[in-house]
Amino acid sequence: MENIQRQFEQVFGTDWGSMLFLLTSNLVLIFAIVIPLLLCVAYLTFAERKIIAYMQIRVGPNRVTFFGIPWLRGWGQPIADAVKAIMKEIVIPSGANKSLFVLAPILTIMPALAAWAVIPFSPELVLADINAGLLYILAMTSMGIYGIIIAGWASNSKYAFLGAMRSAAQVVSYELAMGFALVCVLMMSQSLNIGDIVNGQQGNSFLNWYLIPLFPMFLVYLISGVAETNRAPFDVAEGESEIVAGFHVDYSGMAFTVFFLAEYSNMILVAALTSIMFLGGWLPPLDIAPFTLIPGFIWLLLKIAFILFFFLWFRATFPRYRYDQIMRLGWKVFIPITLVWIVLLGLIMQLPESIRNLPLLNIWF
Amino acid sequence: MNRIKKFFSTFLLFELLKGMAVTGKYLFKPKITVHYPEEKTPQSPRFRGLHALRRYPNGEERCIACKLCEAVCPAMAITIESEERADGTRRTTRYDIDLSKCIFCGFCEESCPVDSIVETRILEYHCEKREDFIYTKEMLLAVGDRYEEQIAKDREADARYR
Repeated sequence: MENIQRQFEQVFGTDWGSMLFLLTSNLVLIFAIVIPLLLCVAYLTFAERKIIAYMQIRVGPNRVTFFGIPWLRGWGQPIADAVKAIMKEIVIPSGANKSLFVLAPILTIMPALAAWAVIPFSPELVLADINAGLLYILAMTSMGIYGIIIAGWASNSKYAFLGAMRSAAQVVSYELAMGFALVCVLMMSQSLNIGDIVNGQQGNSFLNWYLIPLFPMFLVYLISGVAETNRAPFDVAEGESEIVAGFHVDYSGMAFTVFFLAEYSNMILVAALTSIMFLGGWLPPLDIAPFTLIPGFIWLLLKIAFILFFFLWFRATFPRYRYDQIMRLGWKVFIPITLVWIVLLGLIMQLPESIRNLPLLNIWF
Repeated sequence: MNRIKKFFSTFLLFELLKGMAVTGKYLFKPKITVHYPEEKTPQSPRFRGLHALRRYPNGEERCIACKLCEAVCPAMAITIESEERADGTRRTTRYDIDLSKCIFCGFCEESCPVDSIVETRILEYHCEKREDFIYTKEMLLAVGDRYEEQIAKDREADARYR
């Protein structure tokens, strides 16, 4: 790295060289995150179709082969889908607000991808190791809703508008429960830096992960995450059976695909955050030989895949919530639970040292 | 007490877990999908697919132009014109079935006194223009000639129930 920087400085001069080096190296790193992420999104759609099909005793997509390899039947499906979406026309309705209509998908995917900047894939592998990482993530995930609202507004359609309104109300209410659940994590780790949060879960085994002492918060976070990404059973923003497709009824071709990508990369993001906050990120479940040999990067991917499987499992199992029930769950169940747990956690942390050193408690506090 | 029990079972997501157990179990069950072009569902000998006109073993066409099928056809998909042939028998000069009208009820087959018009097991045919849906006498006879063996076997299997 430093050699390359020196070469940049030789060619472009000291000031410009270091600046250009910073720019190019960051761009390369961004591509190194975003391109595998988008590939993951493509194959997440495939996994979703396969897993839901299997749960409905069907077989799912199995016709498009991957470069003609016979045992990879169906694996070319996401690529075929992508090609189809790219070839299609982007229809802009005549009554739509054109600039906002085009801006909306960009505003949706931008925060979904930008939030990945602070996700640590292993102790060293992180694009931006900033101290307010968690705040940054909360800010970025809340921004995604603007894209949805603007999409609903700009389409100039009743269905899109209804979907956008539902989505706005839902995301804002679940944001609270999600934030409170994360406050518990912050209290445990005493840090906003995501790398520090993972390091706080370091120990001999998975008992040290925040999953155990914060189990209710884990559930709240996971369910709020499902609601936050507008996934089934909280997908009233799309609600095919009620409001056609919700906020993206009028989108087609690549513009629709961008919404699709944003939804799935948000899903992966929430799964990544859940595994970082509660499942110990890159840490192996047991700190002994066979587990520690596997690099942390792989452990994180496994944990993300595990959470994503739950997302798909939920979708295959539960029917869509009624709208007022979603609101009741968010405001009357999750927020009280999180508030009570925050107080409880605070009390435990303020207990005298002698009690906190008791077996079991001494693992966490 | 019951209310407390219900509260806890809701609060601990018991019902949701039960639902997930069901779908989780189905994930590993054998799949019931029939992989269509490679596998096909079984067909009955009474299957009502594409029409065919049959011949007697000596090559003489069976149809005597009695027009019963034309009369019984509820969709009015059959058009027949007939003439006296040189040997004095009445034969069709035109026998058209419009497959875009046909509802595959099988009445034509039932009404036929000489087992001439039949419905075969063929279901995989397609047309790209509306005109292609009109099957003429020659086409129907050709279908009958080609699949006579199967048609005869199906008639025989079903003969007991007629």
